[in-house]
Amino acid sequence: MTCTEFLAQLDDLLDDAVTTEMRADLREHLRGCEHCEVTLNTTRKTIEIYRSHEIYALPTDLRERLHAAIMARCKKGC
Amino acid sequence: MSDSPQPLAGPSEVTPEEETVHKLFRWFGSSPHRPLHWSGTVRRMSLRDFWTKFPKLTPMATIQPIAGENEQHPDVALVERVRGGDVSAYDTLVRKYDRQIFRIAQHITQNREDAEDVMQDAFLKAYEKLEQFQGNSKFYTWLVRIAVNESLMRLRKRRTGRMVSIDEDVETEEGSVPRDLADWAPDPEQNYTQAELAEILRKTIQGLPQGFRVVFVLRDVEGLSTEETAETLGLSVPAVKSRLLRARLQLRERLTRYFRSKKGPKEMGVEK
Repeated sequence: MTCTEFLAQLDDLLDDAVTTEMRADLREHLRGCEHCEVTLNTTRKTIEIYRSHEIYALPTDLRERLHAAIMARCKKGC
Repeated sequence: MSDSPQPLAGPSEVTPEEETVHKLFRWFGSSPHRPLHWSGTVRRMSLRDFWTKFPKLTPMATIQPIAGENEQHPDVALVERVRGGDVSAYDTLVRKYDRQIFRIAQHITQNREDAEDVMQDAFLKAYEKLEQFQGNSKFYTWLVRIAVNESLMRLRKRRTGRMVSIDEDVETEEGSVPRDLADWAPDPEQNYTQAELAEILRKTIQGLPQGFRVVFVLRDVEGLSTEETAETLGLSVPAVKSRLLRARLQLRERLTRYFRSKKGPKEMGVEK
């Protein structure tokens, strides 16, 4: 397997959507390719960092204000 | 660099959830049987404790549906109550999804005031059009579609009527092949305060082409499936997959500038 072929399967590997056979091939490639291992690990970490950090938080006071405005309009039939 | 990949155990030995935990522990330079270093705290955790502590680290492709195929999603009952005149049920739906809708709107418009307006407009439009909701998709997915459209309309207004499409700026081939192959520090977040890290993450994702950014946000941050993301954005599944890969690789590349290991970068542009 080449690095290009590995890269084509990267998303499926990250998403646990590869077959057992493909997973074995990918692991075999990773054993001999530090670059692809770095790409896999850092791409996985990229996803997790964005999932675990709230970069656009909705502050409580703003949330309550928006919520009150939405529900007031809904009660009036919008 | 971590050790070589460890051989996978057979499915009868390790569940997919356990396997993911093992991957994550390896990723953090530890193992389920050794102390885990997280946010400066050294602790021992059982698998159950781990999932309780980090519920958002659910494996990407195995985000569990709330209800099985034959079970009714709890939102369906709430929608039926709203249709029956129970406005308080809509209150529940708004509180359930307002943060997600605000985030999505902010990611697309990249403007706080616009995001506030989009959030209000999306929930009001959904309320007005609730009769049109067929129940073929999840209420959340339907709501996200409304929010995405409202966000694009808001951008169009800001750009004085110029059409704004989800396909903007995605023709470039940039980011389809990794170039900076430097490994990251073992726990790179620790080098920054929460505020600094949030700013880095914001700046980095704002630099993505919109068509990539939206796919990444819906699929990887908000947890929609590939099919739901495609349906929401009016894209084909292959288009979503292509954009997702490029978004992930471009973000990885950009974050490497901040998170690279101090051991020094590796060779650039290697292709076998």
